[in-house]
Amino acid sequence: MWIRSTMTYRASFAVTVLGNLLLTGLDFVTILLMFSQVDSLGGWTLPEIAFLYGLSVTAFGTADLLLGSMDVLGARIRDGSFDILLVRPAPVLAQVGADRFALRRLGRITQGAVVLGWALTAVDVDWTAPKALLVPVMLVSGAVIFGALFVGGAAFQFLAQDAAEVQNAFTYGGTTLLQYPPTVFGRDLVRGVTFVLPLAFVNWVPASYVLGRPYPLDLPPWAAFAPPLVAAGCAALAGVAWRAGLRSYRSTGS
Amino acid sequence: MGSGRLYLAVAVGGFRRYATYRVATAAGVFTNTVFGLILVHTYLALWEERPRLGGYDQAQAVTYVWLGQALYSALAVQGGGTEKDLMGRIRTGEIAIDLYRPADLQTWWLASDVGRALFQVLGRGVIPFAVGALFFPTALPGDVTTWAAFLVALLLAVVVSFAIRYLFALSVFWLLDGHGVAQALMVTGVFCSGMVLPLNAFPGALGDVLRALPWAAQLQMPADVLMGEADPLGAYAFQAAWAVALLAAGRLVQSAATRRVVVQGG
Repeated sequence: MWIRSTMTYRASFAVTVLGNLLLTGLDFVTILLMFSQVDSLGGWTLPEIAFLYGLSVTAFGTADLLLGSMDVLGARIRDGSFDILLVRPAPVLAQVGADRFALRRLGRITQGAVVLGWALTAVDVDWTAPKALLVPVMLVSGAVIFGALFVGGAAFQFLAQDAAEVQNAFTYGGTTLLQYPPTVFGRDLVRGVTFVLPLAFVNWVPASYVLGRPYPLDLPPWAAFAPPLVAAGCAALAGVAWRAGLRSYRSTGS
Repeated sequence: MGSGRLYLAVAVGGFRRYATYRVATAAGVFTNTVFGLILVHTYLALWEERPRLGGYDQAQAVTYVWLGQALYSALAVQGGGTEKDLMGRIRTGEIAIDLYRPADLQTWWLASDVGRALFQVLGRGVIPFAVGALFFPTALPGDVTTWAAFLVALLLAVVVSFAIRYLFALSVFWLLDGHGVAQALMVTGVFCSGMVLPLNAFPGALGDVLRALPWAAQLQMPADVLMGEADPLGAYAFQAAWAVALLAAGRLVQSAATRRVVVQGG
């Protein structure tokens, strides 16, 4: 339904997809602008950073396409229309995901995949079977980790009804953070996004293995293969939070 | 009621409207602070490799980041100011009611947007900026005159920002759907205002062009005035020239639009 309604204004849809592509591409343009002035950033080269960028944006884009509508949840709770979702015979989470499903978000995935494709050919890596297999695993696990973040943020909105922006700090902020190498950031920040909010497993840790760089925080070698486990853990926690949020929901009664 | 008092009342209304959303404001402060933290680290890494890039030292680059985060919503860099309401009213046809009012449409929306911007500076700007100044080495002036000069540049920046968004919003009279316009506003705002990188750090001809466009009046000018990198009078002249030109263009488009207005919604 949302796809059809979007297609009603075809010209506008075309402009929006293009706009989305441009807007999400701005992050990479920023990196290119930086590299027009320097040869490396935090000790990493452009292809290496493009690798981080492509992984982060493609994984995030997948999660955003499926679950990015979570930020309208707060508005639905405020105006009372969330009740409608509760009485429909379909899982609430799936309905919220489909709510205002925005096909224009394909722009982000496309853009991330293009950069990732270029990075894969440009990085100086001795490709082995485990390294090559790790790339799709990273994408899937990364999408699940970001997806868990969206669901967790949505659960938080049951408590704080118009704080959708806090969620943006973690989702959009998270993907921006991962576009740069861990060496750029302070040790405490890296610790935080490794052990508290395990974003580092979306790309930093496994990509360090692929690129043959030292792991952030001197993690053990097996940590590069932990993303699926971390993703499963995140998804489980987000599920618990979502159920708790849903149970605590009281209609506005309007 | 004098028209001055009318527009003052509209501005107060704009201020209070945004002041209502306290939780949303707190959430915005948090988000701007987080993004500031991420950006500061990337800038520091960049300036580590290229000291004095764009004529800034590290402390100035840091100051620029936090100023950008502090002014992000006040200047509605990616849109989302009162032009959002204006686009909505054009789309639904409610704009017809506004046209009946004994007030000037453009001045009305300008007043409302200035009120909004004032709230956003106080509500969303101060805390991220204070966090930045507290935990990172910044290049802030010690004298009152520079701060005063900065405030004038900031006010002009708000007017230029409004004038750009007003022009974009009026296009909905022809396009009917505002999504594409909002996107265009986002892309141009974020890129051309120097939110991604200070405009003086842009390479070559690209930098020259961007520094001459009206978006340079928004963040780059106030920042340079605050850090003593630009002559205030020169900055004001640049900002005022764009403000006048864009507001005049807005008037032209507005009269063209209202002459052929087709009100939707019956």
